[in-house]
Amino acid sequence: MPRISTEDVAHVARLARLRLTDDELVMFTGQLDAVLGHAADVEALDLDDVPPTSHPYPLSNVLRDDVVTPSVDRAEVLAQAPDVEDKQFKVPPVLGEAP
Amino acid sequence: MSGIEGWETVVGLEVHVELATETKLFCGCRNAFGSEPNTNVCPVCLGLPGSLPVLNRAAVEYAMRLGRALGCRVDASTFSRKNYFYPDMPKDYQVSQYDLPINIDGVLELPDGFRVGIERAHIEEDTGKSTHIGGGGRIHDAAYSLVDYNRAGVPLVEIVSRPDVRTADQARAYAHELRGILLATGVSDARMEEGSMRVDANVSVRREGDETLGTRAEVKNLNSIRSLGRAIDYEARRQVDRLEAGERIIQETRHWNEEDGRTHTLRSKEEAYDYRYFPEPDLVPLAPDADWVNRVDAALPLLPAARRAALAASAGVATADVATIVDRGHDELAGAAIAAGADARTVLNRVGNDLAGDLGALDAAGLAALVALETGGDLTATQAKAVLAEMVTSGRAPAAIAADLGFEAMDAGALESVVDGIIADHPDDWTQFVEGDEKARGKLTGFFVGLVMKATKGQADGKAVTALLRQKAG
Amino acid sequence: MSALEIAAAVRSGERSARAVLDEHLAVIDARDGELHAFNLVLADEARASADAIDARVAAGEDPGPLAGVPVALKDNLCTRGVATTCSSKILEGWLPPYDATVVERLAGAGAVLVGKTNLDEFAMGSSTENSAFGPTRNPHDATKVPGGSSGGSTAAVAAGMASIGLGSDTGGSIRQPAALCGVVGMKPTYGRVSRYGLIAFASSLDQIGPITTTVADAATVYEVIGGHDPRDSTSIPERPPVVAPTLGDGVAGLRIGVIDELMEAEGMAADVLARTLEAVAALEAAGATVGRATVPAAVYGITAYYLVAPAEASSNLARYDGVRYGLRVDAANTADMNEATRTAGFGDEVKRRIMLGTYALSAGYYDAYYGKAQKVRTLLIRDFEKAYEEYDVLLSPTTPTTAFPIGEKTADPLTMYLNDVCTIPSNLAGHPSMSVPFGAGEDGLPVGVQVLAPSLGEATMFRAAAVLEGAMA
Ligand SMILES: [Mg+2]
Ligand SMILES: [Zn+2]
Repeated sequence: MPRISTEDVAHVARLARLRLTDDELVMFTGQLDAVLGHAADVEALDLDDVPPTSHPYPLSNVLRDDVVTPSVDRAEVLAQAPDVEDKQFKVPPVLGEAP
Repeated sequence: MSGIEGWETVVGLEVHVELATETKLFCGCRNAFGSEPNTNVCPVCLGLPGSLPVLNRAAVEYAMRLGRALGCRVDASTFSRKNYFYPDMPKDYQVSQYDLPINIDGVLELPDGFRVGIERAHIEEDTGKSTHIGGGGRIHDAAYSLVDYNRAGVPLVEIVSRPDVRTADQARAYAHELRGILLATGVSDARMEEGSMRVDANVSVRREGDETLGTRAEVKNLNSIRSLGRAIDYEARRQVDRLEAGERIIQETRHWNEEDGRTHTLRSKEEAYDYRYFPEPDLVPLAPDADWVNRVDAALPLLPAARRAALAASAGVATADVATIVDRGHDELAGAAIAAGADARTVLNRVGNDLAGDLGALDAAGLAALVALETGGDLTATQAKAVLAEMVTSGRAPAAIAADLGFEAMDAGALESVVDGIIADHPDDWTQFVEGDEKARGKLTGFFVGLVMKATKGQADGKAVTALLRQKAG
Repeated sequence: MSALEIAAAVRSGERSARAVLDEHLAVIDARDGELHAFNLVLADEARASADAIDARVAAGEDPGPLAGVPVALKDNLCTRGVATTCSSKILEGWLPPYDATVVERLAGAGAVLVGKTNLDEFAMGSSTENSAFGPTRNPHDATKVPGGSSGGSTAAVAAGMASIGLGSDTGGSIRQPAALCGVVGMKPTYGRVSRYGLIAFASSLDQIGPITTTVADAATVYEVIGGHDPRDSTSIPERPPVVAPTLGDGVAGLRIGVIDELMEAEGMAADVLARTLEAVAALEAAGATVGRATVPAAVYGITAYYLVAPAEASSNLARYDGVRYGLRVDAANTADMNEATRTAGFGDEVKRRIMLGTYALSAGYYDAYYGKAQKVRTLLIRDFEKAYEEYDVLLSPTTPTTAFPIGEKTADPLTMYLNDVCTIPSNLAGHPSMSVPFGAGEDGLPVGVQVLAPSLGEATMFRAAAVLEGAMA
């Protein structure tokens, strides 16, 4: 049984803001299915009592002082932007409020 | 509006406050409102490739201060990424605290004693600001949008209440009280109109006696404490109407529109959100030790609730003026005047009603002296107010001001001769007063007292005039 | 001439930095047309900085331990005002407004930046074929891959176009190409070298490290770029990275374990195994005690890696949305513009990993995939801890085979992924490890042997590496 369907891949592509052709959808589904198939070994492990590692070197409380440092020159930043108006980044209409 | 027959409204509040730090949460850019667009930006807060966040110690300190003021437990915490695309979010994920927030399990007590549970108060970063151009500035009709990232990365604390609030009044009182705590602790300037305090309300309704919560709507865009109350009343009514019509409530986000007084659903595009939270690998865990928490506790100022209690205790009464006085930060003055021996009720009355703004040159000793003049009959209430206003500007002693203004207490004989003269000048009105019923007398009392005040340039005591008139009418 | 020899000659005034640079630029002229190690050669800028080094030497100053050393920089390291592309169309033309910390430190040590080198797009790959600007070729055999993703820096050093290179290593991207190109490649302990200015692939795995022709050069570059950086919250504050003073101490008395699970890994070639055993013998001959070590969770490394790395990448690469920098493909609304931009700007391997990572983090799958993979990291760290109770350093092949033909594995991502079986465990555990050239395979192409050490164990690791290098001399 495949581990991931074309519907799953289409959903994931939407979440990631990628558009796939029908051919790509089939190709990627096959490839992702192979990788996830290889993951069966890990899926089968019973790891309920094992804590996850999200940072390989344990550090905590890394803080900086609340001191102003120079900002970047606005012209340098805006020069990199695809579109600018009134010293701001210009984008096509936004459909919908932020969630 | 209070309650809908047979139904109970249930409200949980989510409040985002911008912290009053000098710099942003993860970089040294200035945390300032109203700067020229895109001037407080750097690789970190613009989310440029290769940049990395470093946590601002002051933001943590402020978050803890607020947490402790709300009676929360400060715990070891971590940061996570909340993933979604939006142009005002430079990295297209928000760094926030998810499963392990810094503050958990507190309570906010309203002035009437009602306790609202606090589930958590966690740290996260703010987004930039979009301006929608064309179409009257409304997002849906805009031709395009402009993005300013000055606000991106400004530190926020999100305070999440338990669904304990039952009325719009309680919600307003909650927001008001939280604002008082934020100001007292210096954690935020809490300006709803500038967006440094943003309140969202999760509103649901259920039939009275039901145990399970109804489906909730999250109401956003509440720009004042007043609109918070209006929106909750509207939304509760809307939900009850739907349920009574046999319809279902959909879990959704609704936007309050101040102009039409309604909430609106704004989902224009069918978009499934799946935030894919996972631990932020660029930030390490935060675990304030007991020492740090103790230092925060020791530095906490007296909070509004404690200040109200203290003032009420020292006054021996708990009038509505007490809350007003504490809100305005005049409780220290009032308490000191009472401690100096001034009559408590009069102090609360003067400070609560006649001192809206800055205290200026006024001090407790002066206030106590003024109240003593008023309670001793040397000044009428009207005169006392005038003297108080002058004390704020000049700081001079109340007796001296009263003398300059010509406020001398009239002796009883002088007052009686003025009253007799006025009665003689208005015989018809006097007859009506003597023969009239209580209602007519009430009306005419104002008329006669006004004339006496005019004749004495306000020096007469209104109460004494009334008593004299009644005595003469028999 | 090694980097240390160049620096000594330049510091003493025996050779000019300019002359050293011109020699390397001449090699670039001669060979890079074929090899395509560089995305960008900064000849004019490099001449100016070489001249500045020479002027400082003439003025009696010491420009630093890498004075006049030509360096090739992987093109995922930010350079102020110099195009930084990650070999992706989505970043084409982007000029960063800042330098990576490692770039500042190299410049501070007197190194001369000759150019930005090719990589698999966003460092996702093991062959440098996934570049939007075309593949890099192996200097030993131009029909073969140089390995990846730091294939450009590695080929540049192996071909003598630069004296040293910097790469980044997320699952073997320094060590694997070093093995395939016959040079030294080192991945430091996670947190040893600042990631500030390294364009993130998988933040909890990425480390920058040196690619050099000698072990001593790698030690010096590591000391220059390593050490605490307050701009990276994961940067280790304690114990400065010092390895050079003990580099020649040998391995007498060291306990060295060969990792069973990696010797027996799927697809391990006989000639690579044979070279690895010869390396073991060389260490034993030098006085080390050798034995077999077991790291059972290493067999889950590939799986865990191909869940963790794509998950982090899916989030790290969200920012390429066409709003602030880089490519934009216009559309009627912002969401469609984001989608059109990303669809046109990313190559297939990047899309594949973004989708895989998005899936691994998505509602209903987090626990089964990402969550479990992070727990495997804990198992792996525990297994390594146990192994290091018995041994000071561990040993394995760096790669299962020598360099493979261009195009051989591109159609089958999983086969390509399996190439990293030996290198991935160190990234998941955050440990240092390095590849040292050790002879050749049956095809005459280089073989690398991997030396692994526990967190902050670089000094011991370098001692073993130096002995292996000496055994080949
Ligand atoms: Mg929030
Ligand atoms: Zn900034």
